Amino acid sequence: MTTERKSLLSGFMPWRASRSEAPAVTSKAAGPQGAKGDLMNEHIVKSYEEELALLDKKIAHMGGLAEHILGQSFDALERRDPKLAEQVVKTDKQIDQLERDIEEQVISMIARRQPLANDLRHVMAALRITGDLERIGDLAKNIAKRALAIAHESHPKPLMTGLRHMGELALSQLKEVLDAYAARDADRALAVWRDDENIDSMYNSLFRELLTYMMEDPRNIGLSTHLLFGAKNIERVGDHTTNIAETVHFLVRGVNIIDDRPKSDDTSSTLFSQG
Amino acid sequence: MLNVQTSEIENRAVKLGTTDGTKVHAKDVNVYYGDKRALFDVTVNIPDRSVTAFIGPSGCGKSTFLRCINRMNDTIPICRVTGKITIDNEDIYDPSLDVVQLRARVGMVFQKPNPFPKSIYENVAYGPRIHGLAGTKAELDHIVQTSLEKAALWKEVKDRLNDPGTGLSGGQQQRLCIARAVAVGPEVILMDEPCSALDPIATAKVEELIDELKQNFCIIIVTHSMQQAARVSQRTAFFHLGILVEEGATNDIFTNPTDKRTQDYITGRFG
Repeated sequence: MTTERKSLLSGFMPWRASRSEAPAVTSKAAGPQGAKGDLMNEHIVKSYEEELALLDKKIAHMGGLAEHILGQSFDALERRDPKLAEQVVKTDKQIDQLERDIEEQVISMIARRQPLANDLRHVMAALRITGDLERIGDLAKNIAKRALAIAHESHPKPLMTGLRHMGELALSQLKEVLDAYAARDADRALAVWRDDENIDSMYNSLFRELLTYMMEDPRNIGLSTHLLFGAKNIERVGDHTTNIAETVHFLVRGVNIIDDRPKSDDTSSTLFSQG
Repeated sequence: MLNVQTSEIENRAVKLGTTDGTKVHAKDVNVYYGDKRALFDVTVNIPDRSVTAFIGPSGCGKSTFLRCINRMNDTIPICRVTGKITIDNEDIYDPSLDVVQLRARVGMVFQKPNPFPKSIYENVAYGPRIHGLAGTKAELDHIVQTSLEKAALWKEVKDRLNDPGTGLSGGQQQRLCIARAVAVGPEVILMDEPCSALDPIATAKVEELIDELKQNFCIIIVTHSMQQAARVSQRTAFFHLGILVEEGATNDIFTNPTDKRTQDYITGRFG
């Protein structure tokens, strides 16, 4: 299974093949670090320290799973592989369970420990990130399900290539933001936040391409609509990734990002008539 | 009807105008116990009509600083205070200032409730009587009643004003001490861990009282409970080893402190 996955991924996502560690855990164990980047002292109460570390471990696990099924969902769509799609659905259940776990832990920590300052930001960040990761899992599931719907349609290569590039970008952004969380690196998170623009502009051009494709021949409409929804899902993954980037920035710096994010998704105002 | 509304708005405007003013100002305050220096150049502005919390580990100087504000430290022979503390721009260490008058303006509530071994009525009436605040018995009765009302104790004790104050529960005793402090019409109320000997219900009552009292008084509270500081105060000052490390809006201090020592202390990481 592992080798199969590797070879699958090496064609689809070249950077994945080089990562030999267990696919489920992406991030290095997050060391407790200070709000200003310096090394934190440990809590006097050891179990508190352990609970915070456990929270990070669960987030890392959940993030790893989300990355994993997102990649699988692209594969499933491209190869029209129903078995892979089923696996995505199964793994998504695990992600949902982890979300409930983390939520429960955060609520119990707020009740029992009354976290303050960076600890407060830590548990709040965990709560927010877990919500975004759960949504990303759902979107991956939705993409994978489309693999079943378009199983018998023809295979327009240029369109799939566009979708694949967009997926790769969204996935690398997600990986980057999870690493930024593990490393408590606000600058990296900010870079991810800014780069979401690229996903948006890819979505724009894909939207136009699919529109043209549908106009050329009404028989393409079924497939194109599914691919369009797939693209939209990937774009939404990008939005959740930016949410996580904002959360990481807040966690590390204690303030929200105040810049206006460059926005280039203009599909909501695109007209259908040509000329 | 209309007139009432207008005057209410005026009242509120007057109140608003005084809220952001500085009541207590300290500049370069140093305290020495003999050769030992307990406070290092503490400079801080404390606003009127709000609650300021002093937090910090034991022996950090927060109580020492609190006691400078009504010159309680004068009672310790080896204690020496330098620097300047003013209340409404008036230097409280001015040699011509009457310390007894100062302590009427700056009331204090202590960690352990310490009512006088007298009746509830006498506990509250004692201060106004020695300061000559009431001319008649009726006036004194009025002061006692309003003070007990302000301390949210009136309803519980109005039928047994002649019972001894020491017979009340811990929480009631502490509110009696607050009523006693309020009775002499102070401007500033200092509280040195007022809830550390109380159960959670009594603590909640005292906190509710502090919240109400802040409409009319400048309140400074020393507390070891981080949650209490976060709950009751608008501003928080963190002391460590005799140094005022950080002072700011309570919200900022507890969500995003700027100094690492503050962060380590409030999150329980002090090594």
